[in-house]
Amino acid sequence: MSDLLAVNHLTMRFGGLTAIDDVSFAAKNKEITAIIGPNGAGKTTVFNCLTGFYKPTVGELLLQGDSLTYRLERLEDFVVAQKARVARTFQNIRLFPAMSVLENLLVAQHNKLMLASGWTIKGLFGLSSYKKEEAQAIELAKYWLDKTNLMKRANDNASDLPYGDQRRLEIARGMCTDPRMLCLDEPAAGMNPKESAELNSLLQFIRDEHKIGVLLIEHDMSVVMEISDHIIVLDYGRKIAEGSPKQVRNDSAVIRAYLGEDEDEELPPEVTADLQNDKAHG
Amino acid sequence: MSVLKPKNLNAILKDSFIIGLITLVLAVPIVGLPTINATEGLKIEPRWSVVILMVLGVFLGRLLLNLWWHREPTLSSSIIIQNIPLLQSLQQLLKFILPIGLIFALILPTMPFASRYVMDVAILVITYIMLGWGLNIVVGLAGLLDLGYVAFYAIGAYSYALLANYFDWSFWICLPMAGVFAGISGILLGFPVLRLRGDYLAIVTLGFGEIIRVILLNWYEFTGGPDGISGIPRPSFFGLEFKRNSEGTFSGFFGLDYSSMHRIIFLYYLILALALLTNFVTLRLRKLPVGRAWEALREDEIACRSLGINPTNTKLTAFAIGATFGGLAGSFFATRQGFISPESFTFIESAVILAIVVLGGMGSQIGVVLASVVLIGGTELFRELEEYRMLAFGALMVGIMVWKPRGLLANREPTIRIKVEGSS
Amino acid sequence: MEYFIQQLINGVTLGSIYGLIAIGYTMVYGIIGMINFAHGDIFMISAFIALIGLLILFGAGISWLPFLLLAVLILSMFLTAAWGWVVERIAYRPLRGSFRLAPLISAIGMSLFLQNFVQIAQGARIKPLPPVVSGGFILMDSGDFTVNLSYLQIVIVVLTLVLMTGFSLLISKTALGRQQRACEQDRTMAALVGINVDRTISLTFVIGAALASVAGLMFLLYYGVIDFFIGFLAGIKAFTAAVLGGIGSLPGAMLGGLLIGLIETFWSAYFTIEYKDVAAFSILVLVLIFRPTGLLGQPEIEKV
Repeated sequence: MSDLLAVNHLTMRFGGLTAIDDVSFAAKNKEITAIIGPNGAGKTTVFNCLTGFYKPTVGELLLQGDSLTYRLERLEDFVVAQKARVARTFQNIRLFPAMSVLENLLVAQHNKLMLASGWTIKGLFGLSSYKKEEAQAIELAKYWLDKTNLMKRANDNASDLPYGDQRRLEIARGMCTDPRMLCLDEPAAGMNPKESAELNSLLQFIRDEHKIGVLLIEHDMSVVMEISDHIIVLDYGRKIAEGSPKQVRNDSAVIRAYLGEDEDEELPPEVTADLQNDKAHG
Repeated sequence: MSVLKPKNLNAILKDSFIIGLITLVLAVPIVGLPTINATEGLKIEPRWSVVILMVLGVFLGRLLLNLWWHREPTLSSSIIIQNIPLLQSLQQLLKFILPIGLIFALILPTMPFASRYVMDVAILVITYIMLGWGLNIVVGLAGLLDLGYVAFYAIGAYSYALLANYFDWSFWICLPMAGVFAGISGILLGFPVLRLRGDYLAIVTLGFGEIIRVILLNWYEFTGGPDGISGIPRPSFFGLEFKRNSEGTFSGFFGLDYSSMHRIIFLYYLILALALLTNFVTLRLRKLPVGRAWEALREDEIACRSLGINPTNTKLTAFAIGATFGGLAGSFFATRQGFISPESFTFIESAVILAIVVLGGMGSQIGVVLASVVLIGGTELFRELEEYRMLAFGALMVGIMVWKPRGLLANREPTIRIKVEGSS
Repeated sequence: MEYFIQQLINGVTLGSIYGLIAIGYTMVYGIIGMINFAHGDIFMISAFIALIGLLILFGAGISWLPFLLLAVLILSMFLTAAWGWVVERIAYRPLRGSFRLAPLISAIGMSLFLQNFVQIAQGARIKPLPPVVSGGFILMDSGDFTVNLSYLQIVIVVLTLVLMTGFSLLISKTALGRQQRACEQDRTMAALVGINVDRTISLTFVIGAALASVAGLMFLLYYGVIDFFIGFLAGIKAFTAAVLGGIGSLPGAMLGGLLIGLIETFWSAYFTIEYKDVAAFSILVLVLIFRPTGLLGQPEIEKV
């Protein structure tokens, strides 16, 4: 199977600062690819380059479409979403706060509905062809509301939702654009263990049932290690390791990056437990 | 109310005293020492009584405000609880006001008190309602702060006047054409500037408004410069003119006695129809993808781009549609006045329309109506005190933003609802 | 040639005045990211305060020019600064972190309020002031055209240069300047490391207003007439200057001010005086479209 996304020699400089330094990796369809790394490693910058918000200094970002390959670094941000169909969420949640949950999901289907409304003209006269299309859009929204457990809040303002619900709504909104690839920027941030377990199954459902590629930035290792098929580790803008969760967990460069050079430093309990577990089994 | 603790009272008095003192410092030169233009040059005539009154007023006002804020906590929380049903009943009330207001507007000319003066004020108020609704698309829905809306009003008015005067076309041809011209100019202006961030856009549109006015003022051959354009044809009732003759006129055709009120009433229904058209189209658009995209852009442009919405095109439609309605209102203005000059299209006009939108509640259609009735109708009585009116507008804009940043009646209803089990 | 040099002198003088007002826009924009629409009206108020001060001192029989000007300048700086402070307190501080358009609308409301307040308090008629500082040098005389450099023009340009230099030092060398720059970068972080953000922002408004008051006094002396409406156009032109120079950049504000002053003067001298305001607006539009960072501004990285 060919790669859904190929990132070749991606480099991004802001003035004198090199945020990403010659990073290459690939992501496959029907897989969850996680990008991990300490704070400031350049993970979100990779996302911003992929989704067109930043223009990379050097590099090639290839996304395999149905018939043609999109060069994401050449497309404007909204074209990336529209044509290449790359959807994303944001680290600091960007919903439409004063609009209802359902409206948030309908805005995500804007381009499809715009076409159906004959660029507003047909819609203005209330033609039935648009009504039908809108009903379908609502059905799709309902489907994702159901999957994300938000059905009860459909008519409430997005800003009235608790934090975890807002995170899930953002994922639902991304899925309503019918993406080829979904990029999630720390979806589990601020979630309690129960919520992140639910998130795990949601992401696995998206991967297995909707058969799209998922790119995931996450700090919560219980999420990353459990559901990722492939992990890429960044540190100071460079790729220091990649592989399966197990490979990455045992990689010495990764351990150094996360825990520092000093071996005597106190490890967080869950990491110690993980390491011991691995030793016991490995 | 329970008794305040002396410590609290002391702090409150001190705070009010300081505020009073600051007022004194500010007021002494500007209010206390007015410069009077006299024949021998400027002279100063001190006016301390006003300063003392101002300082006392501010001191007492602040004192009362402070006492209000420092009530016992139990009291304030009970107020909050009482407030919610109050708001809800207000919403309920609005639902009744809507049809009653519409019926009232429709039968207004038949009312016994509908004198020439009342009708003139009513026409003016509805013109501002239409302008407010037009600008509401741009500011309230799309979140684009347009400080030069009056430019489109001017373009509509001048297009109408020039088309009607030079080509002698009828009102019903010139009206839509004026709207189209205003819409096109909205696109031409919007295309380069709509990618700018919000506050830059505000000042560019302000500049655009001024450019249009300066051009109208100086292009004598075309616009008549400061003298403006006069003798603009009056509208006809499907070809029937409002004149004293009996042949081919409105009164002649319907066998009525000629009355100058016929034209006024016709103008009234004309602007009412135009305004209702604006409202109808806006309400329709809000429920369409383009309307939702406008609101989404207002809420978060970056999120919109991540969903594949072309921000420039979407803003452009809002700008162009808003401009079109501004142009239609402008051509109505031209035909009603029969005379236009650049003086009618100053920045103050943009500011008044913006105040109507902002105070009524951005995005709220009924809010625009209420704000127009209060601000235009109410203050029309004090027309001579123009500067007091603008003073109040300015103070209200600041006050409302501090108190309710989205406007007084900004309670937004979702454009679509679905049935949900187990929820209200 | 003589005509050209005369226009150059006039343009630099006008540009200095714009530059001083532009600093207020640029600093406020730098620190809280909003256009302070009321800044032009603060400038207008300062011109009125200066006018009142001059009239009172004349009335008291004081005519020694250096004392007269210095006293009025200091008085006007203090009172205008107080206005600037109050405006920020009332109209902007409560709106921090509020709906995106709220501070802008509040600023426009404040601008309308101040304009009409002064109109009511001081009357709508223009206020003429007989020349206070007269005389100057004749630089060139070709027979039919003389190039004048008035004492007042020298005072304006020199005072602007002194203030600019002092001010740049203030920003680059003192604790206040450091705090200001810290708040520009990241307000939350600045608060976390113990900077009083509210106070720093207030001070920014106070300094901006004080500099505008210098411009107000010079405008009054240079043109000899003011009215309640001068803040509108001067404000827009100074804002254009700030954008042209690169908003957020202090030398940029000065450079932009000079350029706008020169462009306006030469436009009026060689083309048409009627369209001189159109020139300033057109420049604003062109700069924003083609080079939104201005001449000396830093490119802004959109925070996603």
